[in-house]
Amino acid sequence: MADSSTDTPNVNPGDETNNTVDTKPGEYRELVWQGLWKNNPGLVQLLGLCPLLAVTTTFTNALGLGLATLFVLICSNATVSAIRQWVPKEVRIPIFVLIIAAFVTCVQLLMNAYAYGIYQSLGIFLPLIVTNCAIIGRAEAYASKNPIKQASFDGLMMGIGFALVLLVLGSVRELLGQGTLFDGAHLLLGDWAKGLTIQVVEFDSQFLLAILPPGAFIAMGFLIAAKNAIDNRQAQKLAKSSKPKEIERVRVNFEG
Amino acid sequence: MAFWIASSPHNHIQAKTPALMRLVIFATLPGILAQWYFFGWGNLLQIALAVSFCVLTEITFLAIRDKNIKAQISDYSAVLTGVLIGISIPAFAPWWIAAIGSVFAIAVVKQLYGGLGYNLFNPAMAAYVLLLVSFPVHMTAWAPVSDLMTQPVGLFDTLWLIFTGFSSDGFSVEQIRMNIDGITMATPLDTLKTDIGRGLTVKESFNNPVFGEFVSHGWEWVNLGFLIGGLYLIAKKAIDWRLPVSFLTGLLVFTFIGYVVSPDSSASTMFHWLSGGTMLGAFFIITDPVSGSTTAKGRIVFALLIALLVAVIRKFGGYPDAIAFAVLLANMAVPLIDQYTRPRTYGHKQGGTS
Repeated sequence: MADSSTDTPNVNPGDETNNTVDTKPGEYRELVWQGLWKNNPGLVQLLGLCPLLAVTTTFTNALGLGLATLFVLICSNATVSAIRQWVPKEVRIPIFVLIIAAFVTCVQLLMNAYAYGIYQSLGIFLPLIVTNCAIIGRAEAYASKNPIKQASFDGLMMGIGFALVLLVLGSVRELLGQGTLFDGAHLLLGDWAKGLTIQVVEFDSQFLLAILPPGAFIAMGFLIAAKNAIDNRQAQKLAKSSKPKEIERVRVNFEG
Repeated sequence: MAFWIASSPHNHIQAKTPALMRLVIFATLPGILAQWYFFGWGNLLQIALAVSFCVLTEITFLAIRDKNIKAQISDYSAVLTGVLIGISIPAFAPWWIAAIGSVFAIAVVKQLYGGLGYNLFNPAMAAYVLLLVSFPVHMTAWAPVSDLMTQPVGLFDTLWLIFTGFSSDGFSVEQIRMNIDGITMATPLDTLKTDIGRGLTVKESFNNPVFGEFVSHGWEWVNLGFLIGGLYLIAKKAIDWRLPVSFLTGLLVFTFIGYVVSPDSSASTMFHWLSGGTMLGAFFIITDPVSGSTTAKGRIVFALLIALLVAVIRKFGGYPDAIAFAVLLANMAVPLIDQYTRPRTYGHKQGGTS
């Protein structure tokens, strides 16, 4: 999985032009748009599928992993960006991995200390964030070429985009599989959250497929299909509304 | 004088899709009647449920996709899918089992891939696997043959069982499935698997009344029914004889190997031929023209692959029957099989060079 991202640093073609330090006004807005929708790590880049599909059996698990990934992504992006002048090009990947691994270890120890239940239910997928190609992909494609502020903001947005996909998948699978929402939230949020569990539907028997890995793949497929459908509809609308203008002047499209 | 020029194949029946589908549906009748005779009304009701849900889903999706609803509904493909799902669902399964299976088969497996002719997987079998994986308890609750049951279950009771889970006298499906000794009855394949797991030999296991006098009480006649329907289809040239013949031969060879190596823990070929969904699979499932291989040689490979998988899963796998899993796995291999079994074009040498 990690190979695909490291071989294609050009994940976000628009980034190469952003090497200048002075910030353009639309840049942050562009980062939000890229991270949450257009270049969403879960839905478009399809990076980090292994934890994405494996742990999203419940909303709580998804939230735990989403927060952990978000934290690691922001910190690693900031650090990679801060040391970008001193990192020799030839050994940059091992250095990125070391930085990411350091932050993952922090997160793992913190979760072990303060959220032991969720630490146990995430299991191996918490340390496996190290190999999450969404993180190393951002370090390589964006953080290593941009100043700290933008890089950490990009980490924040990409992390939120990834966490949102996790949360949607987690809720859908929990709802279909057990008929509940926020089950086990107290493992992550503390004892007050015990009352959060909502029994939406009462099933006589669980819909096991939604909880099993194939269900994750099917649900993921539906999410991607829904995103593409929305994009297509938008594009059609845009094409329709901009038709009269085409006659007046030549339009230049910048594919981002 | 001008000749009518057409491309091969020249010797084929000139029937269109609806006629072919109708023919296949008619050919399932002997097997369905045998099911009805031995296992009661349950399967007829399940078929009715599955067919109606399949057709409803098909209409809905055709409407969403702006297709010609009338033309595509009347090709009977949705009906056939429904019939196959209904046949493979246990007689007393709750109504929503058939509903979920039918909606999944038509909506996801067929229409989302582009409708009839574009589906990668066999819709009925994909639905069956979905149900079996998701609801193992309901999907393995096969009723024993009617004459082994302590409670007679009529049409009315079956309706009650399917829609409420209890017969009109208040018996649950579990109680209905018990025999006089209070032991829940399973299918012959299931019983054999459990018994071998408990350390019994095949011979000892065969004393169980579910096996009857021949190989598997009731089931053998259901399988023979599907065999008759299948032979009729071959006679009508609706299906390629290579598929069932190589599937059954393959099953014969592979189960015979098991039987020779350890006769105490492997059932005979006759048992494998006449239990579970073997004949239904051989003549009605693997002969699906869309999701199966299209070349002559490829069909033999395809059927042999399914036979091997069925034999292996029945012997070593976690589930007692394996037709559905085997068919889905083989469906995935179809593009590869087709790639390597391309027939030689007339005038060209093998390998594509002229």
